[in-house]
Amino acid sequence: MDSIDNRLKDIAEIRSLMEQSSKFLSLSGLSGVSAGAVGIAACAIAWMQLGKSGSDHADTQMLLLYSLEAVVTLACAIGLAAYFSTRMAKRNGLEVWTAATKYLVMNLFVPLAAGGAFCGILAYHGIYWLIAAAMLIFYGLALLNASKYTLREIRYLGISEIGLGLMGAMWPDYGLILWGAGFGMLHVLYGAFMYMKYEK
Amino acid sequence: MKDIVESLNKAFENRVRLAVMSILVVNDSVDFNSLKQMLSLTDGNLATHIAVLEHKKYVKVDKEFVGKKTLTTYSVTVSGRKAFTEHLNALEKLIRQSK
Repeated sequence: MDSIDNRLKDIAEIRSLMEQSSKFLSLSGLSGVSAGAVGIAACAIAWMQLGKSGSDHADTQMLLLYSLEAVVTLACAIGLAAYFSTRMAKRNGLEVWTAATKYLVMNLFVPLAAGGAFCGILAYHGIYWLIAAAMLIFYGLALLNASKYTLREIRYLGISEIGLGLMGAMWPDYGLILWGAGFGMLHVLYGAFMYMKYEK
Repeated sequence: MKDIVESLNKAFENRVRLAVMSILVVNDSVDFNSLKQMLSLTDGNLATHIAVLEHKKYVKVDKEFVGKKTLTTYSVTVSGRKAFTEHLNALEKLIRQSK
């Protein structure tokens, strides 16, 4: 009969295979910090533009500018997140593009795309004051949905984003501040926490 | 003690088969190459062990065409999941008793 040590080794291996094969575990905390920094920068730029135009009434030119800014922000945040996560996977000797990664990306992007389309529709109907809140809510739902395929902690980030989004819908005057808090500050806090917990 | 050892499943005594089952129980289905990559095995080695699991009806094999290539995917059967759970329970008992 095998020794108990051998059995324990079996169990340790089972556990790690179960987790590694069904979850993307290389989501780096630095991804969160960098995405947050991009979010804060975008929020600051939008704030200054609002200051310049003197009101928050959006004409076509402003709208175009904002959409462009949103797309650039999203691209930067995703790019940096992908970069740090790939780096972490390489360091730990894990595959980056596995079935779990595909599930993660799909579960993240379907609600996110729906949110993007919904925000476009809001803009089309001229309901600009709800856009910041809608972005937060859909992003939070996307995170919550994707959390099954990655580190569990991300669900708390998702729930917080949804909360901020609902507050933004209730008090639209604070929309931009809440947007900055959600996409900037929360990301930095979450990223720093995850970095300390898993990567230090 | 003897009862418990007997309740360990012989099919899962092998490291590779145990590993394959561990991956399959938490995923809907996994293709051959992904399994091979995750376990760093050769084609022949993995195929032999999967054949044993398939023969025991613990694993279901699906072949589909993607373009001209066949994509073979594996998923765990109901009896496979049950056998695996029982094996884990036996392992757990064994370790608890020896403490």
